[in-house]
Amino acid sequence: MKLLVCIKQVPDMESKFKVNASGNWYDMADLAWRMNEYDEYAVEQAVQLRQQVADSDLTVLCIGRDQVKETMKKALAMGCDRGVHILDEASEQKDSYAIATLIANFARDKGFDLIFTGLQSQDRGSAQVGVMVAELLGLPSLTTLVDFSCADGVVNAKRELEGGTKAKVSCSLPALVTCQLGLNTPRYPTLPNIMKAKRKELLTIPAAELSPPEARLKTLSMAPPEKKGGGLILEGEPAELADKLIQILKEKTTVLA
Amino acid sequence: MKVLLIAEYRDGKLLASSSELSNFAQTLNAESAMLLIGTEAALPAYDGTLYLADIAQAGEFNPSVHKQLILDVIAKEQPQLVVLPHSSYGWDLAPRLAIALNAAQVSEVVEVKEGELIIPACNSKLRRRVKPETEISVVTLQAGAFTPSEEPSGSPTVIKLEATPNGDIQFNGYEAAEETDVDLSKAEVIVSAGRGIGKPENLEIIEALAKALGGEYGASRPVVDAEWAEHSRQVGTTGQTVSPKLYVACGISGAIQHLAGMKKSEFILAINTDKDAPIGEVADVLAVADLKQLVPILTEKLSA
Repeated sequence: MKLLVCIKQVPDMESKFKVNASGNWYDMADLAWRMNEYDEYAVEQAVQLRQQVADSDLTVLCIGRDQVKETMKKALAMGCDRGVHILDEASEQKDSYAIATLIANFARDKGFDLIFTGLQSQDRGSAQVGVMVAELLGLPSLTTLVDFSCADGVVNAKRELEGGTKAKVSCSLPALVTCQLGLNTPRYPTLPNIMKAKRKELLTIPAAELSPPEARLKTLSMAPPEKKGGGLILEGEPAELADKLIQILKEKTTVLA
Repeated sequence: MKVLLIAEYRDGKLLASSSELSNFAQTLNAESAMLLIGTEAALPAYDGTLYLADIAQAGEFNPSVHKQLILDVIAKEQPQLVVLPHSSYGWDLAPRLAIALNAAQVSEVVEVKEGELIIPACNSKLRRRVKPETEISVVTLQAGAFTPSEEPSGSPTVIKLEATPNGDIQFNGYEAAEETDVDLSKAEVIVSAGRGIGKPENLEIIEALAKALGGEYGASRPVVDAEWAEHSRQVGTTGQTVSPKLYVACGISGAIQHLAGMKKSEFILAINTDKDAPIGEVADVLAVADLKQLVPILTEKLSA
């Protein structure tokens, strides 16, 4: 069984973000980078299937500058067999459609039985790329999965809906699935597996070789949200703060009556 | 400008997002038509043309059939924008439409400013102003961003559509949320733990504060995903929507999915080390502090 998992390297969302000099993206300097959280679930699910099915092979794909290889090494250490790095110095200027096209153009003639992606990336949060890859390849796609199993050429899964309800869905292979948070418990790579990952194949393909199209969506500008008044901000020593808060709760709410 | 609004219907009910769609069309001053794959028994309050396909025929969850019905109506109506809610239904369908239409897709619009669409980035810490470069674009709206100030009224002119069943995805029914004895929606005080609690043991200090305030404890999604708290404690879009008299958010940065579940609380106190955290947008008071220090002191003083 041939498996592909697509991952993205994103900044840690706890970072302080600044807008870059051209005003159209966040400043990429001085940020801590990590694997997109949704993709950790995708990698874990793909690795579980890889281990369950004899003679299977799992490729991890990532688009971006050279630094994304660090994140790819984590996926390799988690259990992916090989890596494909699509080298793109300015992937942040591409839209979801252009990114999906690069992935689809890479995957088209490779005969993958199942492609895993995260539901969305943490920085863009648009939830487009996975489904677009499937549509470009003419594959069925199941999205927002919180439960997954695959046997006899069929994926059985549960989609997470609003309010805690789930929808049970299934489709035949080949297919693509997008993974929601909580789908499984992503493993931590062990030290021996981290060492082993260093020797795994990591192929680099320049993005230009995969015929990237023009972006259909342009980012005009990026900025922090305007503060809408907001509330009172209190700082100080914990004991002092606690007294102030209790005073406020007495005045503004009825819960301490 | 002309827009086509795609209403969402699930499990026998028209979802409230349909009024946000028509309010969005009004915000743009656009001419609109709506499409509902649902039933005649649950029509939206909407003045205008409503294309209606029967959900029994089209399938409760069948992206291929729903996509084709929408494409057929687009061919008739020739809209510049196709608008869906940014929900598990909308974000699943929208990219399928965008690829079929060679259209740009704009996800989770929160605002329209001088005719341009604004979407969030980096967990709502940033906003992106974007511009589609295509003649038609597909847009999804953040839940709650375009809630009309008044209940909409009106009755639609219905045009019925026939669906041709096909598709490669099978829908096998719903699984209801687990029943539990915790009903956060009835609690007057909720103290919620976020990622900022750092480790599961710290949930105890959150529970203790909840107890001192006579309330229940809740949790944000990361805490539930890490299995530090049960799903029945989860506040947010995929958990419970609550509006207690007092909501205390401890170590919760304020992802939109969480805010949507608690922003109607009467009074919101946030405790966070980051004074720029998005939770500050909805909080009445933001105490900039480490919850591990502040919460136990607060509990002690309240219990004294």
